[in-house]
Amino acid sequence: MRTLLIPVLCAVVIVALLPLIAGYIVLVERKVMAHMQARLGPMRVGPHGLLQPIADALKLMLKEDVIPTNADRLIFWFAPVASVAAALVAYSAMPIGPAFQIADLNVGLLFIVAVSSLGIYGVVLGGWASNSHYSLLGAMRSAAQLVSYEVAAGLALVSVLLLAGSLSMKEIVQAQLDQGVWFVFYVPFGFFIYLVASIAETNRAPFDLPEADSEIVAGYMTEYSGFRWALYFLAEYANVIVVAGVATTLFFGGWLRPLTRYHDHFPGTHVELLDVVPAFAMIALALYCFRLAPRQPLRVQKRVMAAAGVKCVLFAGILFAALFGSDAVREGVHGAFWFLAKVGAYIYCFMWFRFTFPRYRFDQLMRLSWQFLIPLGLVNVIGVAVAIVLRERWDWNPFFSLVPTTIVTLGFAAWLTADKLELSGTDEDIAAESAAVLPGSGE
Amino acid sequence: MPAQYIPILIFAVLAAAFPIVTLIAAKYVRPESKAVGAKLEAYESGNPIEGSARGRYSTRFYIIAILFVVFDVETVFLFPWAIRFGQMGLYGLETMLVFLGILLVGYIWLYRKGALDWL
Repeated sequence: MRTLLIPVLCAVVIVALLPLIAGYIVLVERKVMAHMQARLGPMRVGPHGLLQPIADALKLMLKEDVIPTNADRLIFWFAPVASVAAALVAYSAMPIGPAFQIADLNVGLLFIVAVSSLGIYGVVLGGWASNSHYSLLGAMRSAAQLVSYEVAAGLALVSVLLLAGSLSMKEIVQAQLDQGVWFVFYVPFGFFIYLVASIAETNRAPFDLPEADSEIVAGYMTEYSGFRWALYFLAEYANVIVVAGVATTLFFGGWLRPLTRYHDHFPGTHVELLDVVPAFAMIALALYCFRLAPRQPLRVQKRVMAAAGVKCVLFAGILFAALFGSDAVREGVHGAFWFLAKVGAYIYCFMWFRFTFPRYRFDQLMRLSWQFLIPLGLVNVIGVAVAIVLRERWDWNPFFSLVPTTIVTLGFAAWLTADKLELSGTDEDIAAESAAVLPGSGE
Repeated sequence: MPAQYIPILIFAVLAAAFPIVTLIAAKYVRPESKAVGAKLEAYESGNPIEGSARGRYSTRFYIIAILFVVFDVETVFLFPWAIRFGQMGLYGLETMLVFLGILLVGYIWLYRKGALDWL
């Protein structure tokens, strides 16, 4: 029974906390967007909008629920449930630090990829059940986009598996510890392909064609209202965290601290110098909260801000206390901190891209995957394989064996983009193209 | 069933129960829907709806689906190969180059046929 304790505890905590975390990611996204556009974003509900996600959740619970008469009621009801369940189950093989994991499967990565792809059933069924043109078009686009980028993402994962030699998420992190380097430095192209593919798979801007509001209203979610819509939204953000977790584990060393090989201690103790960084970062955050608290306009807002500061102090205390616990406790707590910090950084990049790049056209999106990322992924896999043969057979230095193959891959990418991609065609090109496809549409 | 899948089973039950329970709970919290008439029709930007949505669709979607099967099966073949590559060395590289070479011929053929262009 004791072996089941931690996994079941993790399961309950994930199911209970994930909706809250997704809500706060939405808040952070709105704040980041606002500041990038020189606005303030949510400021009213709680200090700096800190209570906005809770207010939103309550509001969505109380919203009227409309189901179109032509809709297929049973599938309409089932589709968002399938989306959320698939997105949540994908967490079961994700190692949040060495201690917190629901199940350490020997096929962990394959399991995550397989289960998170099941979420598309929720999208397609929802779009079909709505019996609306916009919904079905959004669902079809979403399916086409997901399957196209699934291949590219798979090829990016293979390049990491070549180096790690295991599908278990824990062993992939262990391999990065043993080889002394995060795999993003060994296979930069694998990371690049996975980054682009993961944005496309989670339907986020600039690849948010399935829910492009200027074209097809809200895509597969058009007919959904109230809490059903909230479930789709939750599934979307849960999927973002899943791909961020996979990228963190595969390319950024999972729960490993940066500079893992630097082991200097404080004199006379077992505490490593760099291990105090998380605790101090939390204290800095707490001080920032305490500084903001008296400036809030209302007494309630002052108190909420101070409570946020106290929570940061509490986290700092836990991180600090863990330093003096046994090795397992220290690695468990600090591993979870570093894992979540890296996932947060990856999600921040997602937001950054969303507010930086304009949306792609659908044909550009398909061309990017089939004519650029997939051939590039294949060449990248072959390049990494050649580098490993050089290393094993002729004893090349692991890092320098990858330099020539990476340069070849870069050259291939340049050749692909030079005359094949045409993502940024001039107006005359586009006019000629559409004239060729649709005779009589020109002047 | 291996013991490590039991927590996953528990988690899957929890994960499926969460949306079902909240949907049922929301039903008792929210006001009764009094929607009538056009509010219950599918949304088409305010215009009267044009027939059923389940009509004919671009064949492009079907071509993408078929291409996906081909290329995803190939990726799945690469997974076990990548895991054992460390032990196989040069032999593993040669055999996989032959496999990818055959696939490359198919890819070039598809490319020249225009199957990879959306338009």
